[in-house]
Amino acid sequence: MATPAKPKKIDRRRFLTDTARMAAGCAVGGSLLAYVARDAKALPDQALRPPGALAEDDFLAACVRCGLCVRDCPYDTLVLAELGQDGPATGTPYFTARDIPCEMCDDIPCIAACPTGALDKGLTNIEHAQMGTAVLVDQENCLNFLGLRCDVCYRVCPMIDEAITLEPRHNERSGAHAIFEPIVHAEHCTGCGICEKKCVLPEAAIKVLPVRLARGTPHEHYRKGWEEKDAKGAPVVEGIIDLPDRLPGPGTDNLAAPGGYIDGLVDGLPAMPKGNFGGSFEPTFKLPGVGQ
Amino acid sequence: MSTNGKVHIPVGQEAVELKGWYGAHKFLIWRRISQAFFLFLFLMGPWLGIWWVKGNLASSLTFDFLPLSDPFITLQMIFARHWPGTTALVGAFLVILVYAQIGGRVYCSWVCPINPVTDGASWLHRKLGIQKGWQPKRSARIWILGTVLLVSFATGTIAWEVINPITMLHRGLVFGMGWVWGLVAAIFLFDLFVARHGWCGHVCPVGAFYGLIGARSLLRISAVKRDACDDCMDCYAVCPEIHVISPALKGKGEATPLILSPDCTNCGRCIDVCAMDVFAFTNRFDTHVEAPTDAVSDPEPPTQNAA
Repeated sequence: MATPAKPKKIDRRRFLTDTARMAAGCAVGGSLLAYVARDAKALPDQALRPPGALAEDDFLAACVRCGLCVRDCPYDTLVLAELGQDGPATGTPYFTARDIPCEMCDDIPCIAACPTGALDKGLTNIEHAQMGTAVLVDQENCLNFLGLRCDVCYRVCPMIDEAITLEPRHNERSGAHAIFEPIVHAEHCTGCGICEKKCVLPEAAIKVLPVRLARGTPHEHYRKGWEEKDAKGAPVVEGIIDLPDRLPGPGTDNLAAPGGYIDGLVDGLPAMPKGNFGGSFEPTFKLPGVGQ
Repeated sequence: MSTNGKVHIPVGQEAVELKGWYGAHKFLIWRRISQAFFLFLFLMGPWLGIWWVKGNLASSLTFDFLPLSDPFITLQMIFARHWPGTTALVGAFLVILVYAQIGGRVYCSWVCPINPVTDGASWLHRKLGIQKGWQPKRSARIWILGTVLLVSFATGTIAWEVINPITMLHRGLVFGMGWVWGLVAAIFLFDLFVARHGWCGHVCPVGAFYGLIGARSLLRISAVKRDACDDCMDCYAVCPEIHVISPALKGKGEATPLILSPDCTNCGRCIDVCAMDVFAFTNRFDTHVEAPTDAVSDPEPPTQNAA
C-alpha cells in the first residue's frame, strides 16, 4: 500500500509539527524572557548609575556587565549588582551615595574603562555629569532649616556655591536670627552624592534622587518673558499697554470710579471715607468714556 | 578486550587498565586545569592584587591592552539597537577569530565555568543510571538563539544576560555571588533529573552560537583508527554530544573519519575512554584512516600505514 508519495507526506507533516512545536515553545519561553528582561529595567531610586551612563532604557542595551568600570574606580564606589540581593539588573554597575559616593575624578576612569559605550565617552568634564540630582527632602529635620549652622552639605559639595548655595532668611521662631537654607541648583548638581553621604543626621535629610524623580520639565513652548526681555534689551512685544496694577484699598482696582468711591454709585457700599484722597489720585490709564 | 555479551564493565575501565589512570583521564585533567587556569586569571586581581586580567567573560581587558568580548553578548547588543563601542567590537572580533580556528565549542569544554557543573551532573546521572529524560531536538538551541535575539530586539536589552548562568557564575566568582549558587544548583538538577546533557546540549544559546562560529574550524577529532573499534560504546557514554560520533566512527570506506559536526566540543573525553585509541586530535584536512596497530583477531587490510 505504500505509495511513493506517502512517506514524503509524513515527512512534511513531521516537519510542520516539529516546527510548530519549536515555534510555540520559543514563543512561551521568549515571552517569559521578555517579561524578565523588561522587569529588570526597574532601577531602585537609591541606586545611582556611574557618570555618563546612558538613560536606563538604553543602558541595558549597552552594558555587558563586565565590571571593568568597577575595577577602575579608585574609590570602590561602584559595585556590580548581585543576583537576588541588589535591586538593579543583575551584574550592572551602580553606587549607593550613602555608602560610598562618587568622588568625581577628573579623568573619569570608569568611562575610559567601558568597552561598549554604556558609559558615554562624550562626557569629558565630570562637572557636567548627571548621575542624579540632590534634593533636600526633609526640611523639618535639616539642621540648617531649624536655624542651626550645620552647613555640612554645602561645605562638602564639590560644586560649592554652584550646586548648593545658602540662602539667608529671617528666623521667625527666634525673631532675632537667620536661617541659612541650603538650596540645590539642579543644573550644576552632578549627583555625586557627597552631600547625602556627609549629612550628619542618622538618615540623610538631603538625598540624591534620579533626575526623573527630582525634577519637573517645562513644556517646550514655555518662554520666560523676563529672560527674553533681558536678552533683547527691550520689551518682547512692541507698544504694549501698561495696564493698571491691582492694589489693595480704594484706587485703580475700581474701574467704575478710578481714584476712589463715588457715594451712592453702588448700592450697599459704605459712604466715602473722610479724607482728601478722593480727587487727588490720577490714574495713568482710563477706560474710554468711563472716567471723570 | 571488548564488552562481550551482557558483561557490563564500568565506562572507561578498560582504558584505565590499558593506558593507566592518567592515560585514561588525560584530556579530562587538562580540561579541568584549563578551566581553573582561565578562572584563576580573573581571580588573581581580586584575590592577589595582580591585575593581569580585569573584567569577566562578558568582556575583559588583559595586560591593560588586549580586549576580549563575548561575541553572542555583543550580537545581542546590536539587536538591542546599541552600536557597540570599538573596544567591544575588536574584542568580539578577536574571540571569533580564535574560536573559528580551534572550534567554537572549545569555549564550552575548556573555558566555560558551567561545564564542570554539567559534567558533574552527567557523571552522577551515569552512576545512578537515570533515564535520559526530556530530549528536545538538537535544533532547539538554535531556535532559542533566534528567540533570544528577537527578545533583545523587542525589549531593547541584552536579553540572555538576565539568566545566562555562564556569566552569572563567572561574575559571581570574580565579583560577588549573591544567589548565583541557587542558579548553579538549578542547572545541576536540571541536567541530573530533567534532561541528560540538557543545558549544554539542548538549551544554551551561548554554546550554540560558539558552535556556529566554529562550524569550519581547523582543529578536529578524527576516528583515525576506527577499524580498531570494538563497539564497547564507552565514547557514546561520555560524549556530551553523542550524535557527532557515529558519522565518523561508523563511516565506511571513503567516508571521512573526521568529526565535522559543529556541536563537537573538542573535549577529548572520547580519546580518554577509548581503550583502542581510536580517536585523536588532528586538523580538518587530515582524512586518513589508520589500520589497527596491535593484532586484532580479524584485521582488515590497512588502508594506509602510519605511525
